[in-house]
Amino acid sequence: MLRLASLVIRPLIALVGAVILNMAGNGIERKNCVVRNGIHITKQLNGKQRKFNHEIFQNGTIKEAKEMPNSTTKRKRRSKESFEKVPLCTAIMTYLGFYLLMFLGYINRLFFTPKVAKERNREGYAPLYDRFESFYLQYVYRRVRDCWNRPICSVPGAEVVLKDRMTPDYGWTFQFTGTTTKCLNLGSYNYLGFAEATGPCASSAAQAIQEYGCASCSPVQEFGTHPLVVELEKLTAEFLGVEDSIVFGMGFGTNSLNLPSLISQGCLVLSDEKNHASLILGLRLSGATIRVFKHNNMKDLEKHLKDAIVKGQPKTRRPWRKILIVVEGVYSMEGSIVKLPEVLELKKKYKAYVYLDEAHSIGALGEKGRGVVDYYGCNPKDVDILMGTFTKSFGSAGGYIAGSKHLIDYLRVNSHAACYASSMSPPIVMQILTSMSIIMGKDGSLEGERRIRQLAQNTRYFRRRLKKMGVIVYGNEDSPVVPLLVYMFSKIGAVVRTLLERKIATVGVGFPATPLMEGRIRFCLSAAHTREQLDMALDVLEEMASLLGLRYSQLPIPDDEVAYDDELE
Amino acid sequence: MSQFVLMDVFQAFNEVPLYHVCLEVFLLLMVLWLIFHQSYNPNETGDLSKEELQALIDEWTPEELVSDVDQNHRALHPRVITSKAQKYISIDNNKCLNLATHNYLNFVGNEIIEKSAIDTIHKYGVGSCGPRGFYGTVDVHLDLENKLAEFMEMEEAVVYSYGFSTIASAIPAYAKRSDVIFVDEKVNFAIQKGLDASRSRLKFFKHNDTNDLESLLLEQAELDKKNPKKANVTRRFLIVEGIYMNTGEICPLPALIELRKKYKLRIFVDESVSFGTLGVTGRGVTEYFDVPKQDVDMIMCSMEWALGTIGGFCVGSSFIVEHQRLSGLGYCFSASLPPLLTVAASKALDIMTKDITIFSDLKDCCELMHSALETINGLKTKSHKHSPVKHLVLSDECVFTIPREEVLYEISNYCIQHGIAVIVPSYLEKVEKFTPTTSIRLTVNNKLSSEEIKQACTVLQEACNALMSH
Repeated sequence: MLRLASLVIRPLIALVGAVILNMAGNGIERKNCVVRNGIHITKQLNGKQRKFNHEIFQNGTIKEAKEMPNSTTKRKRRSKESFEKVPLCTAIMTYLGFYLLMFLGYINRLFFTPKVAKERNREGYAPLYDRFESFYLQYVYRRVRDCWNRPICSVPGAEVVLKDRMTPDYGWTFQFTGTTTKCLNLGSYNYLGFAEATGPCASSAAQAIQEYGCASCSPVQEFGTHPLVVELEKLTAEFLGVEDSIVFGMGFGTNSLNLPSLISQGCLVLSDEKNHASLILGLRLSGATIRVFKHNNMKDLEKHLKDAIVKGQPKTRRPWRKILIVVEGVYSMEGSIVKLPEVLELKKKYKAYVYLDEAHSIGALGEKGRGVVDYYGCNPKDVDILMGTFTKSFGSAGGYIAGSKHLIDYLRVNSHAACYASSMSPPIVMQILTSMSIIMGKDGSLEGERRIRQLAQNTRYFRRRLKKMGVIVYGNEDSPVVPLLVYMFSKIGAVVRTLLERKIATVGVGFPATPLMEGRIRFCLSAAHTREQLDMALDVLEEMASLLGLRYSQLPIPDDEVAYDDELE
Repeated sequence: MSQFVLMDVFQAFNEVPLYHVCLEVFLLLMVLWLIFHQSYNPNETGDLSKEELQALIDEWTPEELVSDVDQNHRALHPRVITSKAQKYISIDNNKCLNLATHNYLNFVGNEIIEKSAIDTIHKYGVGSCGPRGFYGTVDVHLDLENKLAEFMEMEEAVVYSYGFSTIASAIPAYAKRSDVIFVDEKVNFAIQKGLDASRSRLKFFKHNDTNDLESLLLEQAELDKKNPKKANVTRRFLIVEGIYMNTGEICPLPALIELRKKYKLRIFVDESVSFGTLGVTGRGVTEYFDVPKQDVDMIMCSMEWALGTIGGFCVGSSFIVEHQRLSGLGYCFSASLPPLLTVAASKALDIMTKDITIFSDLKDCCELMHSALETINGLKTKSHKHSPVKHLVLSDECVFTIPREEVLYEISNYCIQHGIAVIVPSYLEKVEKFTPTTSIRLTVNNKLSSEEIKQACTVLQEACNALMSH
């Protein structure tokens, strides 16, 4: 009941706050805007005249992060990161829409009993589930349940075959119709297009089964070390440019089972607010104190660092044993790229350690595909702990931690995963070995380079075309994760469904995975996509933006022509 | 009316003496001052200057990120397995009878399974490139889930992509901060991590001791009586293993079920070892004791041992299991199990359904091994005779020429040199709740011949003899 109340009241307060802030903000903006730019842009939209303030900084939306001047080896890169604020009336509508859904849900519950399984033979037991949670799942989430968990029956490559299903009872149950639909796949994390059923990766993986079997039924510390694992650890270290690495069978587990052995009580962790669940779980299991800083906000991070060193531990007043900054390379829901050079500078200044989770950035960023470190031209040895997964760019499964030999030796002895969890399956390892060799150009071809370039090109092109549509897109220009903001809960469902009808598979994300206000559609680009495929998707999206009213952006529309094979600046 | 009031006020104002007005004004100002003045706080230090701050930062020296490890530690020099981990394996190119990996039913190296896994690669590729919610659900996952539910005669199954995370995620999906969990003190590490993540109140009872469990339950019942309101919303869980990985003993399930009913507990059983090894048709500890499946709330199981693949699953009623599809962290936020490994599990399950002789063979091997182990002088086992996992510890009365903690490792080395692969399992002593006793762990598989078992025990006996002082 308390949760219910807080859930209702909190957005209300936020709404009132948003209204006030927005009003205040608008006032200032307009004033500044006139001073700075002195122009108002009038734009034709949906046949309706609307006035737009041309302003850049005041909205806190476009920030330009310049590359550190000291990196002489790399060309200068200006990367744009944008987080446009939600327009006021959309904010109000989003809350209203959500309350309406809740209200309808309550009415619905009065008349229809849920078609869900009941617990049997457990009379008099304390209820297993939270009441509000069940209500939310049964009467709010159920309405859009068909947008998730769609089974596929092909390789999750550039295209994917979905199994068709229908629901006779508004989302309570699903039945397969027996037919399938081939869709353009903008949902899988197949950044470099290594999810392939034929070709060198697949055949080498098949060979690995013949040689080493499917699994070893033993943890690495016992009899789970096969030559492929040893080879992969060496190759990963070489790929990342560090001394040593250790690999694990699951990406999620790499975070949640290794963080507890690195930090403990008396340590402070500064964690980005948008960090992945696996990091949060790992930190929680460690027993260290966790403080959350604002997403990618270096000022806030510095404030926390200063504060921590000056004040020490809150109860005992002793200084912290060590401070660990935990960040991700590319944030999977925001599409933003961590400001690594600044983080490293702060780390040096305040003697903290950095844990960098490259789950989405390894392979997908940087000239050589070596992640966010390569993207900024930083020295990989400056990052204390490099973590990443093999699920995404390498089209396989598992994760790694890389760094100094001292660190990796410690993990080999103390990691929970190395001691108790099963070692990596040989075909899975082989897939990574082959794809990583291709990325590194070890196969003697330029295939790896071509894929990296293609992904970068696809990303730029797709993001620019979206910007030109006047929709709000979050994140960095170079990030292959592209979240398109649709705000309203019901629009998530509408967009995903309409896109599926037009044979485009995408992912919608809403409350509780994102803040209530920020429902979004996420596109994941891949090197496997061709220009034609992207054009097709963009044309459909353009239509959709008008049809469903997605053109929320109040920024000026860039009027330059978007060319596909633009030389990357 | 109000006009008159105002007039009255003015009149009163005019009539009072001046000093009175002054006093009133002074008092008013005093009150305002009291409200708004800043009191002196002796604890407040004010802002630090830049230099002071820099001095503090310079002064602070953090600990090393990680401490040094002993370069001779066993984990830094693992033995490399240069063949498939089947009945015979090559350890550093030395062929051994495999009594160390958990390949109880010999599914690793099974040609039918391998062929179907290879075919799957050529259809689906290797990775699934997404979590289950976001186009990571391949039809083979649904297929496996159906088969598992059918095999275990329960309503629904949910497949995870890693065995450890299955168990560590399933527990905190239900148990929350205000709940109580009764748990055996010898449970494996994955369960321990699940317990930590749940943040519930933990009550450890002595290994397989139902009396101790009952006394804890009575204690809890007393507490509940004092605060019935809270007791009504406190969920109570009982978590045990079918066969304990750390001891090789079987849990007394019927007695536990009685307690479950009496004290209204929900029971979760980790069947990682007992799945496919206990019972006439390999359906685990419930079949072994002939306990109705409905009496158990959920069965959690790793597919990394008997099934010879990667991943894990939970089965139970739809009411229970469905919840994990949105609340199991390792399910929602992790990429799904690669299709080829899913199909491998599926095929293994097919074999288990078709051919139940593998279970009777395994049972015979376990019994044979058990009786053979009992004859060894210098080692003893407490594991159950039907368990495929056997723990051997040193007999108390024997005296050895080297320190006792080294003896087990030496025995294991000796055995590997003489063609028998056995292992001393590794534990992280610092983080285990109750570190298990160091032991030699033997695993039994269904294809062992009586000669091989005899040979293994002979080598073990030789190893002991070589180290014992007579």
